[in-house]
Amino acid sequence: MMSKGRSQPEPHHPVKERRVLNGAQIACEALLHEGVEVLFGYPGGAITPFYHALHDYPLRHVLVRHEQAAAHAADGYARATGRAGVCVATSGPGATNLVTGIATAYLDSSPVVAITGQVPTAMIGKDSFQEIDITGITLPITKHNFLVLDVKDVARAMKEAFHLARTGRPGPVLVDLPKDVQMAKAPFHYPTSVELRGYRPSVAGNARQIRQAAALIRAAERPLILMGRGVNLALAGGELRTLAEQGNIPVLSTLLGLGSFPGSHPLFYGLIGMHGVNYANRALSTCDLVIAVGTRLSDRTTGKTSAFAGQAKVVHIDVDPAEIGKNIGVDIPIVGDVRLVLEALAREGIEGQRPEWLADLRRWREEALESPRRRNGHVSPQEVIHELDVQSHGGATIVTDVGQHQLWAAQNYVYERANSFISSGGLGTMGFGLPAALGAKIGRPESEVWAVCGDGGLQMNIQELATVVQEGADVKIALLNNGYLGMVRQLQELFHERRYYGTALLGPDFVKVADAYGVPARRVEHNDEIAAAFQWARTTDGPVLVEFVIEPEENVYPIVPAGKSLEDMIEG
Amino acid sequence: MVRTQTELEAARHTLVALLEDHPGVLNRVVSLLRRRGYNIESLTVGHSEMKGISRLTMVVAGDDSIIEQVVKQLYKLVEVVKVSDLSDDRVVVRELALLKVNATASTRAELMQIADIYRGKIVDLATDSVMIEITGHEEKIDSLIELVRRFGIKEIVRTGRVAMLRGTAGVTKAEE
Ligand SMILES: Cc1ncc(C[n+]2csc(CCOP(=O)(O)OP(=O)(O)O)c2C)c(N)n1
Ligand SMILES: [Mg+2]
Repeated sequence: MMSKGRSQPEPHHPVKERRVLNGAQIACEALLHEGVEVLFGYPGGAITPFYHALHDYPLRHVLVRHEQAAAHAADGYARATGRAGVCVATSGPGATNLVTGIATAYLDSSPVVAITGQVPTAMIGKDSFQEIDITGITLPITKHNFLVLDVKDVARAMKEAFHLARTGRPGPVLVDLPKDVQMAKAPFHYPTSVELRGYRPSVAGNARQIRQAAALIRAAERPLILMGRGVNLALAGGELRTLAEQGNIPVLSTLLGLGSFPGSHPLFYGLIGMHGVNYANRALSTCDLVIAVGTRLSDRTTGKTSAFAGQAKVVHIDVDPAEIGKNIGVDIPIVGDVRLVLEALAREGIEGQRPEWLADLRRWREEALESPRRRNGHVSPQEVIHELDVQSHGGATIVTDVGQHQLWAAQNYVYERANSFISSGGLGTMGFGLPAALGAKIGRPESEVWAVCGDGGLQMNIQELATVVQEGADVKIALLNNGYLGMVRQLQELFHERRYYGTALLGPDFVKVADAYGVPARRVEHNDEIAAAFQWARTTDGPVLVEFVIEPEENVYPIVPAGKSLEDMIEG
Repeated sequence: MVRTQTELEAARHTLVALLEDHPGVLNRVVSLLRRRGYNIESLTVGHSEMKGISRLTMVVAGDDSIIEQVVKQLYKLVEVVKVSDLSDDRVVVRELALLKVNATASTRAELMQIADIYRGKIVDLATDSVMIEITGHEEKIDSLIELVRRFGIKEIVRTGRVAMLRGTAGVTKAEE
């Protein structure tokens, strides 16, 4: 997972002479130097000097309605563009409201830089008004963080924050700026390089290990590539495709790997893991070699680790050495930027045909696809996503919330482009969808962006409808309303004797809510209205919301019960 | 899982980490060890011979795969510059302890004799107690503590293990 080589705008006006600026201005200058164009934020007392300075800079500030949404929007922006997303909040409650969003970015390795105001240095440690130890709080959920106590350190901290956020394994970095540091003055000089002697991410993989991996691949009869978010982060889809086609190696994906290899490619065999397709999970238990690329092999991906790919040797490629061997034993570890490593592997020559193995996989897939989609009076959520795929030709950016709808969105849309499926995989944060879609749309305005949300999760950040409208952001919202916290209800149905408790949601009237925010909305209650609703939504300018009233007790299948092996999946 | 004493000793690793001497860096290390559930037996930190670099020594229990994870996770901290596993016999390992032990006129001589055998020093005397300073491997200190226990121990303080490679090689200069 490496983010070098991405298109960053040229640094803004390099400063010739040393101007004396205050800390807030220095922070703004740093943002320009880093190619930042937009910030998602919410002001307050301790960050006012920064906002005062911001006013003079060519930076777009998106005023969210809750700081959690600022962090999610910055994350969505980062995921859609590959560039660092920036969020801003005041001290105390502003900063703590960012926490869920920062943790979400951390678990999914998103390059996010969070800037927080802090009480003046002299008041730190005294339980001052709106003082909170945000560097302490975010210590386990940031790649690194800074409490800047001297205005002379602002430029360096900002430089390092951006460098850390986007290099190596990307991740969120927080910079906490006490109010007096924002106001104190210093000659401005932006560092051109960083000196972090404890931070040297590996880039190229070890040549000997790459040769060994190539030999294993050549010898394998039933190899598989398992791609994760690292392939999306490194924009290594092209290199992955070269390798897969060269060796006729089927490709499977984790939830966050989707998109980096075209979903319609004949070598693509779908999603694995807790809600993976049965033929993909079956392929994993049959294969003799797994080439895991840019994935941390999380529990949601592997199921019971002792049964994961039980007959296979494992080659694991990742930029973070700590992920290798953490969950799954590895035969050949390769630490490096997945794009460079894949390129080097392909250069080794791994040609192969493997007709029998491919025939097996094709047969399993055909068998699985024969089982018909369930249809009944209510709107079928699978059909909704399928129709969206048909109309947008797999070319939209689908941003999901968390729950059943998230998995239907993963399973029923054919993702053709890198980073076109944006979802909170690691933390599973409800409330992510709408603000992340806003961030994605602002980062990728030319793309059709859909927020696919459940009735529960949409209400966790529904106030962002106002931001969407104020910003004129053309975010389309597909609400799959089942009247339940559906994912949890499903667990209660399957594993807790169908005793539904604390999972039924009553209301609101989402069409009216959307209308009140100024978002045109429609309700769809029959399968035969799905296509027309999407046509309406896609041809209407600006944000719209389509509420699909779906079968309340529809389940996500397959499902692997927690702690069980992938072979123990329940198919419904 | 019940382990024998030798198994435990084999599973015990001495890790030395060089850290940027920044505020909060120790907090980062300790927080990491706690949240990932590693089993730390001792941890001690102080300046090194290099400006701006602190040296931390810790004793961690765990099998090789756990120790490998501890090392890799420590490396993920931006302010951790280097981590070395000093767990073979080319290493000098020491701990320092101060013991305040009840002593009367009649037992004082015996205590001094015991301290002497352990190459400990009496560093303070009071009417009813003595303070013994002792340096050595943890087991040596444990055994002295056992020996003086019958006199009545008022207070113990131990530094935790520090370690250094024998010979010219060192953890700080190894790479240059
Ligand atoms: C912030 C947060 N709280 C709780 C959960 C646990 N949780 C996971 S899915 C889910 C239900 C989501 O309901 P809804 O948004 O309606 O989506 P559905 O599953 O019905 O499609 C819940 C409560 C979570 N993931 N995130
Ligand atoms: Mg729901």
